[in-house]
Amino acid sequence: MGGHVLAIGAKAMMTRDGLQALIEALLSRGYRLIGPRLGEGAIVYDDIGGIADLPAGWTDRQEAGSYRLERRADAAFFGYAVGPQSWKRFLHPPVERLWQARREGDELAILPIEIETPKFAFLGVRGCELRAIQIQDRVFTGGSQVDVAYGARRRGNFIVAVNCGTAGGTCFCVSMASGPKAKGGFDLALTELIEGGAHEFLVEIGSATGADLFAGIPQRTASGDDIAAAEAVVARTAREMGRTLDNTGIKELLQGNPNHPRWDTVASRCLTCANCTMVCPTCFCTTVEDGSDLAGATAARVRKWDSCFTLDFSFVHGGPVRSEPRARYRQWMTHKLANWIDQFGKSGCVGCGRCITWCPVGIDITEEVAAIRANARTAGTPEKGGA
Amino acid sequence: MTAAFPANAFVPTAYRVIRQRREMRDVATLELSAAAGELPTFAPGQFNMLYAFGVGEVAISVSGDPGNRGRFVHTLRAVGAVSTALARLEAGQMLGLRGPFGTGWPMTAAVGSDLVIIAGGLGLAPLRPALYHLLSHRADYGGITVLYGTRHPRDILYRREIERWRRRLDLDIEITVDHADRAWHGHVGVVPALIPRAAIDPENTFALVCGPEAMMRFTVAGLRDAGLAPERIYLSMERNMKCALGLCGRCQFGPTFICKDGPVMRFDRILQIFATREI
Ligand SMILES: Cc1cc2nc3c(=O)[nH]c(=O)nc-3n(C[C@H](O)[C@H](O)[C@H](O)COP(=O)(O)OP(=O)(O)OC[C@H]3O[C@@H](n4cnc5c(N)ncnc54)[C@H](O)[C@@H]3O)c2cc1C
Ligand code: SF4
Ligand code: SF4
Ligand code: FES
Repeated sequence: MGGHVLAIGAKAMMTRDGLQALIEALLSRGYRLIGPRLGEGAIVYDDIGGIADLPAGWTDRQEAGSYRLERRADAAFFGYAVGPQSWKRFLHPPVERLWQARREGDELAILPIEIETPKFAFLGVRGCELRAIQIQDRVFTGGSQVDVAYGARRRGNFIVAVNCGTAGGTCFCVSMASGPKAKGGFDLALTELIEGGAHEFLVEIGSATGADLFAGIPQRTASGDDIAAAEAVVARTAREMGRTLDNTGIKELLQGNPNHPRWDTVASRCLTCANCTMVCPTCFCTTVEDGSDLAGATAARVRKWDSCFTLDFSFVHGGPVRSEPRARYRQWMTHKLANWIDQFGKSGCVGCGRCITWCPVGIDITEEVAAIRANARTAGTPEKGGA
Repeated sequence: MTAAFPANAFVPTAYRVIRQRREMRDVATLELSAAAGELPTFAPGQFNMLYAFGVGEVAISVSGDPGNRGRFVHTLRAVGAVSTALARLEAGQMLGLRGPFGTGWPMTAAVGSDLVIIAGGLGLAPLRPALYHLLSHRADYGGITVLYGTRHPRDILYRREIERWRRRLDLDIEITVDHADRAWHGHVGVVPALIPRAAIDPENTFALVCGPEAMMRFTVAGLRDAGLAPERIYLSMERNMKCALGLCGRCQFGPTFICKDGPVMRFDRILQIFATREI
């Protein structure tokens, strides 16, 4: 039994019942617990009340342009990779009211709205997703101007990470150094061990809050064999990963090749549907909508996810700046993999593979980078000279 | 220049229109004062986000005198829903304002140097605060040349003020129009064509440029031909903007965000992206 508070970095073993106890402990501490569930045709993230809500025995088969749920031979809770949703829908919601205004005669009053801040606990956050959250932290709260609502929703999150036991069909977290093992930023990290009839979890303590909560959960000491088994799971996942992305000099490569013929090739396939940006856990772009009631007495401003694939995104009086699909695809990929490094110090890609899976025509970001690299103009030769 | 932002930087502050002046059929200048509290200071070249009730919010440069602390002055052209609603506001009515945002013209770096100020159309508006600053600190700067191009003589912005400035001996103003009328005796043609006549000393001049992107393209080429180094040329750039906080991603221009790394950008820092189509 528990009771003993472990140190950060310490490991212990927990059963399926332990996982149920963990969920109950989080709920009883007032967290709104979000975790994986079986949705319509995909694993989605939603409120969780117990282990019965988890997608036990399901996995996802992912390839470029396709996603299918399948039965597993075992009853693993976390035996899938990642679905179309990411945690950003909770921290950076798809639709959000920013403020409202009231008008009476000539008088105008602008009223901030109460920021909703449920105390979130996230269960089943993968290494790549943890990195994606950290990337959005940097975007929304790391600069001179801060998104206070994001900050409020993010504050005090309890994160239960899960180290991946199955490589998704499209992911490449090893190349992006974001997985398959969660590297910090969690309160607890689980490795699901389901071989040879047993079904247990190796739990790693990531924070004092995690240690405190875990002290109340039924557990046993982790043996050297348990730890080795968990390491083997992660190592196998890394080995089975089907894709790689070579990041060597990627900033110079993409910034230095805006007129590469490959942009035309990919644009001839791209439907500019914006799916890749919607499923990407780091894409943060938004638009706003303003409206008023019929009487014109109250108005509100609503923020919504937007995508650099729309024409409206770059609209200035006279027409969109990026009128051609080629320019929009180039913006997406160059921003994600290159400009992001200038803006926020790191790549904006975590290698989750969602953009590949959910692209209706199966465009693969890793393949596009490789194609540009294959016959790139060498960095340093000016494109056209300045103006 | 620091502004007192509300804790939530997305929320505008209410401002009242003190005066509205119709500059042309579709261009108005608004003088605004804060409904409550003090007005933040601004640097020439910065902009505000102006909100028309229920319609929307757009980026508009400050066009007034930075020395006049009491109010914000904005000159705007009605081109679509929001700008039209703003241009229709009358004295006494209110709007929402956030700002000021962005980088300014290099007023400090240019101390002791000559300046050539090149504006196309409404591009004169964001440059006017720089001119006010130069004229009120006249002894700090060398020669000042203004090259201004508009479509037609009736489109000359701030006409009376320009006529007044033209009488000054410490300021050269050249105006060119695309299409002259019978009363026009000045230059006809595009602004960049005025550059070779401006006797620029390339080692000792800063160029401040604002206008439509095509006009800036030719202007930069003209300045480069005149021998000006890229780091002596400053452009005010424009892109779609929704937040002005670096948070909505809309204003990206290569690796830069125009709302915070701009709108005023030193040309050597954007040399390659500026040369790329549809970036
Ligand atoms: C830094 C900066 C300073 C500016 N300063 C001035 C100024 O001093 N005076 C002035 O008249 N105009 C200025 N503009 C342009 C002004 O913002 C646009 O004319 C305005 O956004 C048009 O909005 P609309 O809804 O009336 O028109 P629409 O054409 O219907 O535009 C729809 C939407 O597209 C976006 N948009 C359209 N044109 C532009 C544009 N040129 N730049 C950015 N977003 C655009 C806006 O979000 C706008 O709401 C400036 C723009 C920027 C970026
Ligand atoms: S770009 Fe693609 S692989 Fe990279 S983080 Fe976004 S969705 Fe995942
Ligand atoms: S890739 Fe496009 S939608 Fe995603 S963050 Fe960059 S500009 Fe925004
Ligand atoms: S206007 Fe939103 S990021 Fe610049």
